Amino acid sequence: MTTASTEGSAGELRHAIEFTRTTVRFGATTAVNGIELSVPAGRTTALIGPSGCGKTTLLRLAVGLQRADLGDVRVLGRRIESNSLAELRHSIGYVVQEGGLFPHLSCEKNVSIVAEFLGWDSERIRARMSELCALVQLPEDLIARAPSKLSGGQRQRVGLMRALFLDPELLLLDEPLAALDPMVRAELQDDLKQIFARLEKSVLLVTHDLAEAGYLGDELVLMRAGQVVQRGSLRELFEEPTDPFVTSFVSAQRGARDVLAEAAQ
Amino acid sequence: MRALALLLCLAACAPVSRDLRVGSKRFTESRVLGELGVIVARGTGATVAPRTEFGGTMLAWNALRTGAIDLYPDYTGTIINEILAGESIESAEELTEALAQHGIRSTAPLGFNNTYAIGLREERAHELGIERVSDLAQHPDLKLGFSNEFMDRADGWPGLRETYGLPQSDVRGLDHDVAYRALESGALDAIDLYSTDAEIDYYALRVLEDDRAYFPRYDAVFLYRAELATTAPTLVRELDRLAGKISEDAMVAMNARAKLELVPAATVASEFAASQLDLHVLTTERTLAERLWLRTKEHLTLVLISLFAAIVIAIPLGILAARRERLGQVVLAITGILQTVPSLALLVVMIPLLKLLGAPSTYLIGSAPAILALFLYGLLPIVRNTHQGLKDIPGDLRDAAEALGLSARAKLWRIELPLASTSILAGIKTSAVINIGTATLGALIGAGGYGQAILTGITLDDTALILEGALPAALLALIVEYGVRSKTRDYS
Repeated sequence: MTTASTEGSAGELRHAIEFTRTTVRFGATTAVNGIELSVPAGRTTALIGPSGCGKTTLLRLAVGLQRADLGDVRVLGRRIESNSLAELRHSIGYVVQEGGLFPHLSCEKNVSIVAEFLGWDSERIRARMSELCALVQLPEDLIARAPSKLSGGQRQRVGLMRALFLDPELLLLDEPLAALDPMVRAELQDDLKQIFARLEKSVLLVTHDLAEAGYLGDELVLMRAGQVVQRGSLRELFEEPTDPFVTSFVSAQRGARDVLAEAAQ
Repeated sequence: MRALALLLCLAACAPVSRDLRVGSKRFTESRVLGELGVIVARGTGATVAPRTEFGGTMLAWNALRTGAIDLYPDYTGTIINEILAGESIESAEELTEALAQHGIRSTAPLGFNNTYAIGLREERAHELGIERVSDLAQHPDLKLGFSNEFMDRADGWPGLRETYGLPQSDVRGLDHDVAYRALESGALDAIDLYSTDAEIDYYALRVLEDDRAYFPRYDAVFLYRAELATTAPTLVRELDRLAGKISEDAMVAMNARAKLELVPAATVASEFAASQLDLHVLTTERTLAERLWLRTKEHLTLVLISLFAAIVIAIPLGILAARRERLGQVVLAITGILQTVPSLALLVVMIPLLKLLGAPSTYLIGSAPAILALFLYGLLPIVRNTHQGLKDIPGDLRDAAEALGLSARAKLWRIELPLASTSILAGIKTSAVINIGTATLGALIGAGGYGQAILTGITLDDTALILEGALPAALLALIVEYGVRSKTRDYS
């Protein structure tokens, strides 16, 4: 199923996601405007930009929640097609802002719902559950509770467990920390960074917070009005802006310089 | 739809044997005559199903014509002026001829003429000096109240007003039995009477002279299906033997027994049969507990079968409505319109509808049409709440569910329906409560249930009997409303 352009020398995917002249319109508004973007495999890419720049739409395109009006989207080397979409989604972990946990199911059931659907036996589910609790640092006794009995940070950890349960190749996170208070957020940022480093998965993270993008992302993609303005490291955005918009966007977010300084030490 | 109708029939009715079915209308005299018909039929050795009551002439006539019942009592004036109104019948021969066209025959007159009349309280009539119907023209302010059927019938109020040039504008339609109470309380000045009504004496009413001979004769007869002549010749012979046997006085006396002394119609009829016809058939009286149990069974059968069918059909419709917005609007509009149809009208319309769908004639009255009507009535709350419950699932949960890569079926059963379940259960509860109430009207088309006690109670002005039906119905509705706590989960 893979093509030459997405294969590296070792036969592995070079690009987890490729957008080719992709356009999405909502009525008169163009959310994504003929974008060309490839998201490298095995690394963390952070999509940033002001509200309404199309970054969330891009993420939804990658998991098939949104159709492209024009152009092409390839995920894990495969075109998004409705008859193979469910299967493709088993290779994608998707985390939304508030965790997206189903209130009528316990955390445990939320996490294992797809594995159960795929017929995993309970032994295998239990083993995977403890493994993931350890990874996301969630006390195992909390997992039997209803989502409403957990704190916001804990719920996000459960959401991450659900996304990781089938050991997907690609992880998509839509503003995963935006709804959390600063203390919890900082702690979870640290944990996420470690988890990403350990798993070496392809990660695409949407955030409007430049500091968070700089801290978690190997590479940043700055968007504006449905197009990519500049991609590169946080340092490159600060020191080699290709557009006045880049300068104004990075200088508006004060905490980001600290991340840069920290990384330099 | 046809399969569904058939399913409802099969579920609703016990296996059918060709029991003889005797009908009557809902007022006292018709009920007594109906019971007399039952006794005569039993006397010939036939097995007879319990008597079926109808809320109006056309209901009873159509039930007879379609074969849902085999015989019922009616009046020549009603047959000529109402049932066969379009055919301008002048003689007895023409009447026999016209009935034969419909496959129906009539017995010879039973002996009494129960004509319409107009009555006032004696003292009020005296005070106003009214003796004849034409005197009414001098009193335009009189408050008139007529039975609902009389208001519309060709031989009723429209013709009467025209014949006598009556000027009254305050004219309302109401139940015949309620009319007597309204007259007594002074809420009405004049009402229509049946000349054999026991209340005429009881309330000391003045019957106005029909000085322009407007009202025709209303000789009581039994109408029966023509094929009885071959399938039950003894019965036809016995019915014919009733000719001239019931005098006007005898009928007034029987009406008084049933109406004023609250003796069951079956007992009144059997007393008459024993003393006047030398026909001894045992009638059994049921105890209060037996009556309640029987009606509860009938009522629950109506409600549960219709509710079950409504759930089975409405939830998929609600899901469809949520999936396809445009189609959904159509589905919601149709089920909505069904609910705006007055419940009595819906019940009555079910009879020709079932016939159209090819249901056997024995299913045309009784529980089958009632269940079908209740089923249609129960759809909207469940469809609407299923649709709404699915629509109300928050966008992030919808996305999260979609992105998991479950099959559409698994997503529906494991995630969407559970999330919508609170709303769906509330819809089912609403349907159940509505149906418990509406099912009481089923008695008008012979479906039994609590409504039977309420209707007979209204006919007899028997408050205890009305309560015997109304209280259990209200209690049942309250139990469902408050007893069945829908499992509302607290997600907060």
